[in-house]
Amino acid sequence: MAGTGTAHLRPEANPLISVENLTVEFPLGGGAKVHAVSGISLDVLDGETLGLVGESGCGKSTTGRAIMQLPAPTSGSVKFKGTDLTELDGEALRRLRPEMQMIFQDPISSLNPRRKIGELVGEPLAIWDRGTKEEQRELVDRVLSSVGLDPEVARTKRAHEFSGGQCQRISIARSLVLDPKVIICDEPVSALDVSVQAQILNLLEDMKAEYQLTLIFIAHDLAVVKNVSDRVAVMYLGKLCEVANPDDLYATPAHPYTEALLTSIPVPDPSVRPEDRDTIRGELPSPIAPPSGCRFRTRCPRAQDRCAHVEPLMRRVGDDHWVACHFPLSPVLEDPAPPA
Amino acid sequence: MSRPRSVSKLEPRKGAESTHLLEVRDLKTHFITARGRVRAVDGVTFSLERGKTIGIVGESGSGKTVLARSIMNLLPRNNVVRDGSVIFEGSDITDYSSKQMRDIWGIEIAMVFQDPMTSLNPVVKVGRQITESLRFHLDLDKSEARDTAVALLRSVNIPEPEKRIDEYPHQLSGGMRQRVTIAIALACGPKLLMADEPTTALDVTVQSQILNLLAKQQKERDMGMVLVTHDLGVVAGRTDEIIVMYGGKVVEKAPTPVLFSHMKMPYTEALLRSIPKLEDPSHTRLKVIGGRPPDLINPPKGCNFSPRCPYAQPKCHEEEPPLIAAETPGHEYACWFPVGTPENRAAFDRNLEARLPQALVTLDGAGLGASAER
Repeated sequence: MAGTGTAHLRPEANPLISVENLTVEFPLGGGAKVHAVSGISLDVLDGETLGLVGESGCGKSTTGRAIMQLPAPTSGSVKFKGTDLTELDGEALRRLRPEMQMIFQDPISSLNPRRKIGELVGEPLAIWDRGTKEEQRELVDRVLSSVGLDPEVARTKRAHEFSGGQCQRISIARSLVLDPKVIICDEPVSALDVSVQAQILNLLEDMKAEYQLTLIFIAHDLAVVKNVSDRVAVMYLGKLCEVANPDDLYATPAHPYTEALLTSIPVPDPSVRPEDRDTIRGELPSPIAPPSGCRFRTRCPRAQDRCAHVEPLMRRVGDDHWVACHFPLSPVLEDPAPPA
Repeated sequence: MSRPRSVSKLEPRKGAESTHLLEVRDLKTHFITARGRVRAVDGVTFSLERGKTIGIVGESGSGKTVLARSIMNLLPRNNVVRDGSVIFEGSDITDYSSKQMRDIWGIEIAMVFQDPMTSLNPVVKVGRQITESLRFHLDLDKSEARDTAVALLRSVNIPEPEKRIDEYPHQLSGGMRQRVTIAIALACGPKLLMADEPTTALDVTVQSQILNLLAKQQKERDMGMVLVTHDLGVVAGRTDEIIVMYGGKVVEKAPTPVLFSHMKMPYTEALLRSIPKLEDPSHTRLKVIGGRPPDLINPPKGCNFSPRCPYAQPKCHEEEPPLIAAETPGHEYACWFPVGTPENRAAFDRNLEARLPQALVTLDGAGLGASAER
């Protein structure tokens, strides 16, 4: 699960975002540090949805935030339209911010409870001084209605007057108002009911088409990620395990961890006896002292000696299907990636 | 593990008419608020046998958590109106005082809550939180209680229980904390375990571990279990019977396999459809339930679900459907136009013709078969 290596990147396809060797460490004092993200490489094409999936503590949210430079990564590069964000100074970065927005997990706490929805959604426009007051107001109304809220009613209310699903719609409206290129969605549906979750997922798909967005979708539920993504990256303890398109990832998971994640998902079918399904054992190791070699080896049913010493590199197991494992579940294709 | 069982302090059985472990009869729980009376639980009836699991499923605000707490008699007494009866092992515990309930909580009926961080005391070591009930109910001395607590922690798969017992909740991960709350609930060997969304705050991998643990413990101890959740996937393989709640009422009740194969209530069908399925290709449009759960102060006239139902007819907006028995024994539902019948099909076609938005939503992608097939 080391997932060092960049074989899965697609520089020839001119990605919109390209992340190389992204590392985020948080110092603990006394020389110890939390290895939150350790050398991840990713790319996202224009108009693509990248799903980032893994357990709590695997560094998926940290990766999302590091791409936004909130905070800037310890090392590595984040290129957006060819510009390396890590090298920009504060003002230059600020100029780029309208193009990249974020939606958070808890819709209620990410909205200021004391302000009216109209002000919350319109604030980015005021900050960037886009158009006249009247134009701003029209735009706010337009995004509110496109996320399925009645602007006449919503504009003058406050966050507590809305349900969780509606608050998430407001967050989405706020992120859309500046017409961004990229939205990073950090667990946008984890706090919602299944029925509301479906509404929000459909809404994100609609908004993606309407506003021509590129999405990075972070979640721990593989079924949700599969539904919205064009490409999925599975993370474990700060490393990448597997990168593939969602249909291949589900049909033929190559990494033992991906397989374990898939078997953990509850199936709404009473004929499947969940106790019979072999799921992952044990707990996530500490990111302060991660295991040597492959980071998943301590919980992996296929682990051998080699896994403790050598960190696996990304290797190709299918068309645009990459895995970082010494003993993957599908055979490794030795030939180099076909030209795009 | 063998442990002395204390003598049940319940009142002796009045007559032998009830053999159920738990029987809930027409339970109502209303909150009196400034805005009006909130009918959180409005006439729920079910029973549970020893060693069986019942799942209670519904959206947020459907009253499932209030139902669990009302059965446990954990709600405040002011401004709460409770009506109906809760019968546990033949004794009517509905109007027990807190003092009387103390002989039931923990030892007869125990509860596992959704958020393990807030249900554990952050300033008390894990060990003392487990031994507290052991010493109170089973009169164990300090060292016996500690040994039992270590054994309990081991039985819920906590590694190094001798060390963990002296740690505080913040030193444990979310999954570990939930294991501790399960150990606390199991400490006195309850006959009934109420699990209120025990895995909603946890990761999928940890969720499956915890649910397997609960199932194993239940089997070993021959406990009854009430599993409250919003996820039909969680209850599918792990319950004997399922109750679907909507707007404080039971809208469908059936043995688990029957519910999934012969669901009658449009709400159950809609709930199942809205779950993203792994088998579906990516970018499959999800079939949402439009609208919002009903306002429990002014519930809609007629069927609670009618404003969101793809099959709703004028009758549904006027008359409330009673809970009636289906052909399979144990299967009950409340609907005028149940799923899978010609009447339902006709109602759907009428709504499609009228271009009713909630009917059109279900059409998206899957075609007309949706109404008849499920």
